[in-house]
Amino acid sequence: MQPLPIRPQTLAFDPVNALKWVRGTADWVGLRFVQEAQQSRGIRNQKPETQNYALERGVQIEVLIDGHLGYASTSDLTEAGLKRAATRAAQLSKKAAASKVFTFTPDLRPQAVGKYMSPVVQSPDELTLQEFISFLIEASRRLKVSDDIVNAAADVMFTETHQHVVSTSGTDFAQDFLLWTTNFTATAQRGGETQRRSLNGPVARCVQGGAEILDREFLLRECETVGRQALELLAAENCPTGKMDLILAPDQMLLQIHESIGHPLELDRILGDERNYAGWSFVKPADFGSLKYGSSIMNVTFDPSPKGEFASYGFDDCGNPARREYLIENGILVRGLGSLESQKRSGLPGVANFRSSSWNRAPIDRMANINLEPGETPLEDMISSVKDGVYMEANSSWSIDDYRNKFQFGCEYGRRIQDGKLTHVVKNPNYRGVTVPFWRGLQAVGRAQEVGQFGSPYCGKGEPSQVIRVGHSSPPCLFSQVEVFGGGQ
Amino acid sequence: MTFSTDSKALFNGLKSRLFNELRSGEELNLNLNAEDTLFVRLNNARVRQNTQVEQRRLEMIFQQGQRRFTLQTDLTGHLESDTDLCRSLLERARIETATLPEDPGVTPFVNRGTSQNIEDARELNFDEVITTLQKSGEGTDLTGLLASGPQVRANANSKGQDHWFSTRSFFLDYSLFTVNESKENKAVKSTYADKEWSTEQFLNNLTFAKNQLALLKRPSRDFKPGDTRVYLAPSAVNELIQMMGWGALSYASYKKGQSAFAKMVDQGAKLSPLFTLRENFDLGLTTPFNSLGEVPPRQVNLIQAGELKQLLVSSRSAHQYGVESNGADSNSWGEEAPRSLELMPGKLAAKDALKQLKNGLYLSNLHYCNWSDVQTARVTGMTRYACFLVENGEIVAPIKDLRFDVSLLNIFGSELEAVTSESHIQPETDTYSQRSLGGKKLPGLLINKFTFTL
Repeated sequence: MQPLPIRPQTLAFDPVNALKWVRGTADWVGLRFVQEAQQSRGIRNQKPETQNYALERGVQIEVLIDGHLGYASTSDLTEAGLKRAATRAAQLSKKAAASKVFTFTPDLRPQAVGKYMSPVVQSPDELTLQEFISFLIEASRRLKVSDDIVNAAADVMFTETHQHVVSTSGTDFAQDFLLWTTNFTATAQRGGETQRRSLNGPVARCVQGGAEILDREFLLRECETVGRQALELLAAENCPTGKMDLILAPDQMLLQIHESIGHPLELDRILGDERNYAGWSFVKPADFGSLKYGSSIMNVTFDPSPKGEFASYGFDDCGNPARREYLIENGILVRGLGSLESQKRSGLPGVANFRSSSWNRAPIDRMANINLEPGETPLEDMISSVKDGVYMEANSSWSIDDYRNKFQFGCEYGRRIQDGKLTHVVKNPNYRGVTVPFWRGLQAVGRAQEVGQFGSPYCGKGEPSQVIRVGHSSPPCLFSQVEVFGGGQ
Repeated sequence: MTFSTDSKALFNGLKSRLFNELRSGEELNLNLNAEDTLFVRLNNARVRQNTQVEQRRLEMIFQQGQRRFTLQTDLTGHLESDTDLCRSLLERARIETATLPEDPGVTPFVNRGTSQNIEDARELNFDEVITTLQKSGEGTDLTGLLASGPQVRANANSKGQDHWFSTRSFFLDYSLFTVNESKENKAVKSTYADKEWSTEQFLNNLTFAKNQLALLKRPSRDFKPGDTRVYLAPSAVNELIQMMGWGALSYASYKKGQSAFAKMVDQGAKLSPLFTLRENFDLGLTTPFNSLGEVPPRQVNLIQAGELKQLLVSSRSAHQYGVESNGADSNSWGEEAPRSLELMPGKLAAKDALKQLKNGLYLSNLHYCNWSDVQTARVTGMTRYACFLVENGEIVAPIKDLRFDVSLLNIFGSELEAVTSESHIQPETDTYSQRSLGGKKLPGLLINKFTFTL
């Protein structure tokens, strides 16, 4: 029986030895080797649709010349290839240094030595290709609870990433990640109406770990629930329109945190690097330490340490050891999402978040795990406290302005809350608001046992553009008097 | 030897070796996407990061009967080691196709001929460009991305099909910023793209952007959300037309219940007679062949005078659903997306657009569009960059950013009042994973009712 992981015949490469080939190129030289093998497996209506394997393998050389940091990336891992890349990095960076945005120093690349590995209970090698494909086919079958289910999709993305960073200042760290993203979706159609329902939203289930994360029996039962909920939505009334209380489940809180907390707190956005693409930020440097971002029960952390959360790691790409830090404490903004470079440029406190998507993109300020810390209100007490409101689950639509103020988000599945009770299902639930007033309306935060841990493999940003993996955990939360609405013209 | 010729030698070597290894009943389709790109990230007309990226990515689509497995790998550029790597992947592909059930979308590869398209140009002079940007951008807070270098797209299959496309080009995608009299940040966006850099042409482009920036310095005026008339400049139209690549025009998406134009297929809903949309490969913005080496007709009429003529249909969808392919490409989820859209021009002279708008909003750019309700083709998004209040046909003040929520069936339907007679190329500047090819040719649109919500 063939194991699921694929082991192609690649050219041997030792980053420590390779550094010797390029170490004289500049005042300081770093070398970052990335090998990432990603399997994308998709079954639709019990037939194969996506069966892909992608191997990314290359090196990024980083040089510090005349106070400027520049890069060259190559997939030619021979001595000649790396020397050529290092020379190109040095030549271009020397020229660019005359127009550099800031003067950087070698202390921004601290010596980092160590290892990080995703927590693994059961090796993926114990999973066979045959049983894996059979599971996906069965999942697709379970999603199709009725002939009205026109699309039953079971997708798993399994990624093995190896990163090894060395530098002339003695850095030598390696990180090995095992990453899973799953998507189980049922689309129901009847009489001109179409509704889609998935397990927590497409690709929200993101986790680090071994084969144990695929609890197949449990997942198959969940698929049947998803199929039935898609049918429920077909028969549901539209989400009402009006200002009312809103409870967001953890699988929608992930998006709310990501777009309206994570991105505006990125220091490179605040410094203006991102203005031509993703945008700037409403947050000003003077806001740190004083801005009342949300109500006093709002506590948000940058936390790369939770076991299994999607963006847990040991070091960022410049070797800064990753540590948990409060970004927002008791509703007050205290820290930004900025790397050592951004911290130096802005004079603001930051975190270890200098990250790149792969060997061919330079690191920039990114989110990692950005989590809303649990509170003390059980979900059922939240519901009891609402006279007229809506409960929403699973993101389906997202849009926010370039300063991260005015947002509009949609969800897959809603329930009305009337006189303190969850009542009927509503379809096309959407809501909109403005970031700070919205978070100041945070009325209750769920308990630790209600926290859901999710993420995304596709956070896009940067010029040139790159996607990064992020994790977000949160309990359910209650917000007061939010503008909600449904679908239709 | 150049990057392109090196890449061609490597591709030719790999294809001959790999096709030679195939056993009876096996088929292989190869795609090479390669580039040697200089990326320079700019903030305030200074260099934030410069990255040189040399990459060669090979895609291998392996088929055995009705079973398919797709592999991608980064190549080192050395034939021997790359052959070893690809051979080992080929071995795995055999195991995969022996394990996988049959895929109803798989069609046998055929030889659809050969083509060769080689365009070269003078390499961009980094010193000259950086000096120009720093000097001319001073005082404008110029921020953006310069990307320059050769790009390769090649396709071959084991039936003898063989396509080669290589080009060298650059783009400078930039914004200029200012603070207006209301103490608000305001910006204007521009793109300068070509095969070869001309300082004179860039300065002309920059002067046009600077002139718009001057208008943004006026004090802002509040505009209350609600319905209003708008003029969408071609770059704003681009953001809305982009949504058609998110399933609306895809036949596979339609069959999965995820096309925003399902009402046009099922219920005969129509757009305005002024709205005619086609794929036009004569624009020369992308390769004439798709990832299976199929060459679509030079023009594919999609919407003619408001009436849906056809959705984009790949050979996969054609086989799976029993319809005719129009040579569309399909992504890894089997869904089609446009590659070279052209929205046909109308009769309104662009210089008369504000006069005909009379009162409403001029929108240069939109931002972060997404479906708010796919079933009714409803899109939400934001205004961005140079957006102005227009009164009596004159620009009177910049506006604060507004959120809109509109149905494409309405704004391109009964609410579409006029289409400009001038169209502009909107080059694709996407750089996720690699530099994209392609783009669109779009006019400006005058819309009678556009709904703002926040």
